[in-house]
Amino acid sequence: MANFETPALREYPVIPLIHAGVMAESKPYVAKPEHQEPLGFPGKLVDNWESVAVKKLGELVDESRALRVFLDTCVKCGSCTDKCHYYLGTSDPKNMPVARQDLLRSVYRRYYTLSGKLFPKLVGARDMTKEVLDEWYSYFHQCSQCRRCSVFCPYGIDTAEVSMAARDIMDAVGVGQKYSNEIIGKVFKIGNNLGLPEPALRNTLDGLEEDVKDATGVDVKFPLDEKGAEVLLITPSADFFAEPHIDGLIGYAKVFHQAGIRWTLSSHASEAANFSMFIGSHENMHKVAIRIREAALDLGIKRIVVGECGHAWRVAYSFWNTLIGPFNFLDPNYPVPQHICEMTYDLIQRGALTLDKSANDDKIVTYHDSCNVARATRMGTMPGGQFVIPRAVIKACVNKFHDMEPGSINESTFCCGGGGGLLTDDLMEIRVKGAQPRMQALKHVVDDHGVNYLAAICAICKTQFAKVLPYYKYPMDMIGSVHGLVSNAIQLGTKE
Amino acid sequence: MPAVTIVYAVLFYVATAVLVGGVAYKVYVYASTPAPLKIPTTPAPTTLLGVAGRMLREVTVFESLFKSNKWIWLFGIMFHFALLLVLLQHLRYFTQPVWFWVVLEQPFGVYAGFLMVVGLLGLWARRFLVDRVRYITSPSDHLMLALLLAIAVSGLAMKFVFHTNIIALKQFFLGLLSFQLEPLPADPVLLIHLALVATLMIIFPISKLLHAPGVFFSPTRNQVDNPREHRHVAGWSASINNPGGR
Repeated sequence: MANFETPALREYPVIPLIHAGVMAESKPYVAKPEHQEPLGFPGKLVDNWESVAVKKLGELVDESRALRVFLDTCVKCGSCTDKCHYYLGTSDPKNMPVARQDLLRSVYRRYYTLSGKLFPKLVGARDMTKEVLDEWYSYFHQCSQCRRCSVFCPYGIDTAEVSMAARDIMDAVGVGQKYSNEIIGKVFKIGNNLGLPEPALRNTLDGLEEDVKDATGVDVKFPLDEKGAEVLLITPSADFFAEPHIDGLIGYAKVFHQAGIRWTLSSHASEAANFSMFIGSHENMHKVAIRIREAALDLGIKRIVVGECGHAWRVAYSFWNTLIGPFNFLDPNYPVPQHICEMTYDLIQRGALTLDKSANDDKIVTYHDSCNVARATRMGTMPGGQFVIPRAVIKACVNKFHDMEPGSINESTFCCGGGGGLLTDDLMEIRVKGAQPRMQALKHVVDDHGVNYLAAICAICKTQFAKVLPYYKYPMDMIGSVHGLVSNAIQLGTKE
Repeated sequence: MPAVTIVYAVLFYVATAVLVGGVAYKVYVYASTPAPLKIPTTPAPTTLLGVAGRMLREVTVFESLFKSNKWIWLFGIMFHFALLLVLLQHLRYFTQPVWFWVVLEQPFGVYAGFLMVVGLLGLWARRFLVDRVRYITSPSDHLMLALLLAIAVSGLAMKFVFHTNIIALKQFFLGLLSFQLEPLPADPVLLIHLALVATLMIIFPISKLLHAPGVFFSPTRNQVDNPREHRHVAGWSASINNPGGR
């Protein structure tokens, strides 16, 4: 399957000894000028790139308290060293969060701290050289920005912020990552990550209406650009055609149908994902997100609901109000935005949905907390609602549910290995190896409880697991949408 | 006045100015650097009071560190609390009359010095024994531990072996507080101890010791989780002006 070895799954998780440099060759394809320029980045490495990079770093530190504090306060205690799934899966010490941060911190110290200017060797400060840049390109594309390290850091240092800054600097000197930047360009040009134009989208949705009609005999609508609808659904474009994502989309539609909520998708804002977060570019993040405000105003909707997508939910929950708010034109009786799981959960609580758990009796289910949902957002009103609500939705739809071990769920959840802009075939090795801690925890519930369904609420997680599960000898269709379970359980025709 | 007294008086004025001025400057920089986006590590408190509680737990019982690694937590909390007790005990050299609670704290402060040494040795041992920690350790990390350990050991040495004229020492520091020079006992161990402490004060604002003020400014820990309820803007995000709406 590939020219690397899939890590072994063991009886107990093992913290590996360090093996320096084993992942040094892992690098994603570099963005071409046509991928760079639409985002406002130089097409290739600029001439005086060293000074551009150093200057950009200074600007980023000046405009972000997080970055400044994180670069200053690390004491190298070692607390984070065994927390990154990429370290656990590869044993490359530069995948330890602190070592990854140090790739950038060493440059910050050299140019922006007294001790680094005076005694670079003593405090581990380094000049901005091509060697350093190459190392950044390799290892800042081995971080999925999952924030697991930030949970365990005594100062809350979040490597995600550091890797976003590093990628922003690399883009500024003309060394971007093809995968993320090409996708952002597609959003600007066509409206979604997949480059699915409006007619194709309409066609897909019509097809889904027919499929659901054939399967259930019920006319479940998949409306597009319907003015005056109550809810605008913003969902990752993967939901429109990828497996198992599409089962989730069918699930949302069935929920809207049974609850009698008029909803619509938008061809102008047909993408929840916002890869600009991965590359730390707030200008592009705003530009991608503003389409949603425009669509909401144009369609005259009252509520925005967000489909199953991890980083998109982070952008939506944490950043939308800042970036594309205020939302004073929406119904204040509902959270803005609302997660699809929040909506379904509320409807279940109110008895608005008829769910038959036995429809999922062929499945023994576990739930993968997606990193951005778990550690960067909330659902409901209580802290930790992001753990409770999706599980409550699942448990309302299935009879057999088993959680994975405590150190691998909730706030301690392991990333799928494909987040943060790494979901590309040119990074297959790091993706497979980074999935090892999650697969390890999965193995235990498979062995102990016969789990055969891994439910998730993130488009990236779903694609990643479909790809890496076979490397670990599990079937690729083991991964599914939470709303795929809802879709199976919901009894249409009972509430009309 | 002996030269050594003058040198140490100047040293401590300079060290105090650097420590106070340096930390104040850093705090000012942290406080005035905007946090344009909401990035609390969740689950996070949804109220300001909740955040105060989270921060209090973080700086008193090292909550996150406890979740992470029991050995670092054990040695870390041992060192930090012992240091706190020792510092409080040292207030007796700067107050006349000595505050009553400092008198009560005295015996704890004295023995805390030993705990400090144990904690530091534990933390230092990890830098050699754990390959991951060895990998991330810079020379400055060793030096910092060496400095702290030397301060603790020289202090304990004076307490239990090479006694100094503690009355004269106190006169020296009380004198400094009122800008008067009193002779400093010229005992070698005392001079070493004081020089090391002054060094620590001077490097504080330019080293990783900034973690002490820094933790309070960490957005992942000090932000309220309420981005949907309150529109957060700061820095570049404050200049966003979206058309449309009401």
